[in-house]
Amino acid sequence: MPSPSVKRRSAFSWHQPRVRALVYQVLTLGLVLAGVAWLLDNTLANLATRRIASGFGFLQQEAGFAIGETPIPYEAHHSYGRAILVGILNTLRVSAIGIVLATVLGLIIGLLRLSPNGLLRGIARCYVEVFRNTPLLLQLFLWYALITDRLPAPRQAIEALPGIFLSNRGLALPTPADPMALTWAGAGLLLGVALLLIHAHHRRRAAAARALPGLLKAAVLIGLPVVGLVFGGERLGWSIPEQRGFGFSGGVLLSPEFATLLIGLVSYTSAFIAEIVRAGIQAVPAGQWEAASSIGLSRWKTYRLVVLPQALRVMVPPMTSQYLNLIKNSSLAVAIGYPDLVSVINTTLNQTGQAIEGVALIMAAYLTISLSISLLMNAYNRRIQLDGARP
Amino acid sequence: MTPSAPALGTRLRRAFFSSPFNALLTLIGLWIVIMVLPGLLDWALFSATFQADTANECRQNDGACWAFIAEKHRLILFGLYPFDEQWRPLLASLLLILGLVLSCRRSFWNRRLLIVWGVLLPASAILMWGGILGLSYVENTLWGGLPLTLMLSTFGIAFAFPLGVLLALGRRSHLPIIRALSVTYIELIRGVPLISVLFMSSVMLPLFLPEGWGIDKLLRAQIAIILFSAAYVAETVRGGLQSVDRGQVEGAASLGMGYWQTMRLVVLPQALRAVVGPLVGLFIGLFKDTSLVVIIGLFDLTQAAKASLTDVSWAGFSIEAYLFVACIYFAFCYAMSRYSQTLESTPQVNHVKV
Amino acid sequence: MKKIISAAIGLVLSCGAVFSAQAGPTLDAIKKKGFVQCGVSTGVAGFSNPNSQGVWSGIDVDLCKAIAATLFGDATKFKLSPLNTQQRFTALQSGEVDVLTRNTTISLQRDTSLGLRGLGVNFYDGQGIMVSRQLQVKSARELDGATICLQPGTTTELNLSDYFRSHKLKFKPVVIDNFDELVRAFAAGRCDAYTTDISALGIMRATMLPNPDDYVVLPELISKEPLGPMVRKGDDEWADIVRWTLNAMIEAEELGINSKNVDQLSKSGTPVIQRLLGSTPGIGKHLGVDEKWVYNIVKQVGNYGESFERNLGPSSPMKMQRGANALWSQGGLMYALPVR
Repeated sequence: MPSPSVKRRSAFSWHQPRVRALVYQVLTLGLVLAGVAWLLDNTLANLATRRIASGFGFLQQEAGFAIGETPIPYEAHHSYGRAILVGILNTLRVSAIGIVLATVLGLIIGLLRLSPNGLLRGIARCYVEVFRNTPLLLQLFLWYALITDRLPAPRQAIEALPGIFLSNRGLALPTPADPMALTWAGAGLLLGVALLLIHAHHRRRAAAARALPGLLKAAVLIGLPVVGLVFGGERLGWSIPEQRGFGFSGGVLLSPEFATLLIGLVSYTSAFIAEIVRAGIQAVPAGQWEAASSIGLSRWKTYRLVVLPQALRVMVPPMTSQYLNLIKNSSLAVAIGYPDLVSVINTTLNQTGQAIEGVALIMAAYLTISLSISLLMNAYNRRIQLDGARP
Repeated sequence: MTPSAPALGTRLRRAFFSSPFNALLTLIGLWIVIMVLPGLLDWALFSATFQADTANECRQNDGACWAFIAEKHRLILFGLYPFDEQWRPLLASLLLILGLVLSCRRSFWNRRLLIVWGVLLPASAILMWGGILGLSYVENTLWGGLPLTLMLSTFGIAFAFPLGVLLALGRRSHLPIIRALSVTYIELIRGVPLISVLFMSSVMLPLFLPEGWGIDKLLRAQIAIILFSAAYVAETVRGGLQSVDRGQVEGAASLGMGYWQTMRLVVLPQALRAVVGPLVGLFIGLFKDTSLVVIIGLFDLTQAAKASLTDVSWAGFSIEAYLFVACIYFAFCYAMSRYSQTLESTPQVNHVKV
Repeated sequence: MKKIISAAIGLVLSCGAVFSAQAGPTLDAIKKKGFVQCGVSTGVAGFSNPNSQGVWSGIDVDLCKAIAATLFGDATKFKLSPLNTQQRFTALQSGEVDVLTRNTTISLQRDTSLGLRGLGVNFYDGQGIMVSRQLQVKSARELDGATICLQPGTTTELNLSDYFRSHKLKFKPVVIDNFDELVRAFAAGRCDAYTTDISALGIMRATMLPNPDDYVVLPELISKEPLGPMVRKGDDEWADIVRWTLNAMIEAEELGINSKNVDQLSKSGTPVIQRLLGSTPGIGKHLGVDEKWVYNIVKQVGNYGESFERNLGPSSPMKMQRGANALWSQGGLMYALPVR
């Protein structure tokens, strides 16, 4: 009951938090909108005085420049849009392979960090400290200098195995002559996925069915496409690189730029992933280890069946951010000449002068890729979290 | 009766050869060490040339040519800064390093830190620029090397820190518009690589501003680094804010504290103390990321290494140059990461033991 | 609390004030700041290159000095911004530099969609290809399947693609932005050939490659590369000043005026020369500069021939012949528009 000495407050008064909140928000929004409008006004005025073209029409113009690595067919007379697509595919190519290799290597090194063997622990510790504490760009320059300086010229290439050549132009590998062989590989992949899905379905129905070891699942997923590829190659013929002219004709050439970027990204990111793995494993309570050894599980079995599944819960969010970092770090390709997304758009930006559209495209592409990976990993994260209260 | 420690042979066997797999790994480890270490030491130390007058003397030996570093170290460390005035960037670097060291000491984790940085940052800027106090003016296109890297990272974190804290508070705010703006900014910046923010700043910022408002290249790069780091600081501080118990906020409210008072006096000190480790990690990352400014043409430590390689009379020593610069980065980053490890292991002193 | 509100309102209002400010043209801004900001290369000998004391020289630097002499009467009122190929156009578009004197090729696209204006040619060049002698290649037609080093964002990139396409040859590009890194990659053998302007090839071979005799420039001329100064659109008066500065330098050489005889000729030359040097007033007023602008250029910088001779000619380390850059009366292409 308000006492008579308290003045009646009006409905819309500064003293009410609701009102204050509204005013703050309106003010902030107003400031932000005013700022954006001012920037926009300046930009349009500047673009007009300088008669710089704007809009995305340039995507259909002829590009005019060649690109060194083209997963899809691309010639100089194709459009800028197609060139940018080649850039995106190059980024995805190096990111996907990089993520897989970095995870595997990071896992191994993380486990070595916790090994009772002092020598292995020391080597792993050295690896992690060296690669984490130097900038990635510098590591890329070092790798590129090593690869281009130390490897021989193509005419004196090292022939590691028949048909496989190593030179400062890159690694030449045999490949099926007909791209149709890829459909055999695809068929193998589909077969592998189908088998695993059937197995998972069978497990759900018959609760007592044993799970296949993860290694077998991985072998199936990787092995069947490889078998398909080899099968396709045998049927349709191989294209073997041979030294001809300035380099090699036939087969596929993995360029030094791709190799540098891949090695650099994998070694850098695996150092961080190793630490995440270590932290994750150390977060598992010691009681789990003791219980496992009390029922006679070996160290390796303990890892596989008890510790790693629990550690995974702690590891997944930081791993996600490391994967995203790897994808973003692949943009450093522009410094060593790998034609990734940023590199191609950079060239486009210089030829057409349309800086704003170019940078907007770069940011939009990376945002899309980042958000997709985030969504995927967050879904996986939710699946492996404990549902319900902790015991 | 206490059992005596096992004999050395038994200890070695248990450590390195306890199982066939372990033995195999030990052998592989030994093989790696034997393959890499002697060759590396030989190249870097035993066959290396430490003193040479010309490049050809150096090229005659197989080992590393550290004489190249002796010749070029001032170019790499200080860039194109006028030769006679190079004591100034040296002093500026030392001041910034002093600031970093002082920030690490617990006794400074209060208002004294603001004073320290409030003095050191302008002091280093004045040393670099000159123009007053009898120092000759050196325009910032001539700055380079280690001082530039240090300035970009320390000014970057210094200005990104308040902005990041504001964004973190904004993200946790109950006001929907402010929360939406903060989330948009944070997720937008965290989803794109630093290169694109640097490009945007160096190429688009001049178009955003009216004609006549020139912003020089260094400032553009600094703004890009500040905007980029602020998003990451925001996420880290948000983790800290989440770790502060709700009871603290309620207690402050029961004392009649307003929002800003609560944040300033109760919540933020606890939140920041909780995430000092990750913040140090962020600074390490920022320090390494300043190497990207080489792509927009600024003369930082990495670019200085490249510039030292253009001299034709000393051609072909790229590995020595890059290793030298890598060692400098490693020294800084390793020191900071060791520091953050000691932070994690030191128990928090502010928790009341019940 | 109230203080914060009033501060915020003040901020919004001041934004509005800036809203209405008009952007002045380039020339006004340059006159106000008192010097010309020229964009040059990061170091191409003969065009714009710093010596070990940090003093820049080259025909592009001379052009910049001449522009300063035209506008301010003092050829020292200039500042240089070294720009790489990626930054050069955005630096000009954004206002970081006022004029680009950076051995840049003039082309239709640069004049239109980039919002820039090419203002004349101060060096007629062409694009060539350099290979290592070990490859035993005698002509560009033999380069099918070769790997070629080049810089991104240049007309060389486009012209090379066109040349190879029209001769039904294929090549693999190695595209590295950083010029020093690119030269290092070429010297290390990462690519078979290197392409850029022929003048730059010669300079690169003489000053940047370890064994100059190991490299040979192929005889084919891939394209024309007329190099000249550029400004951004939007200020015709500034464009006039730059264009006519260049013409004045060439006209001075055509009329036989050089830095040594300019004093004497300004008193006792022909009526044409008197008018050019400002002894008879008129031209300077039309251009909006001091009447003695040409006198200042020739006295403080020199005519086109002197600038060429000093930086690129047989007495300089580059040892280039005038070739296409001789006066039209001597079989070259340098033809000044009438400065009257």
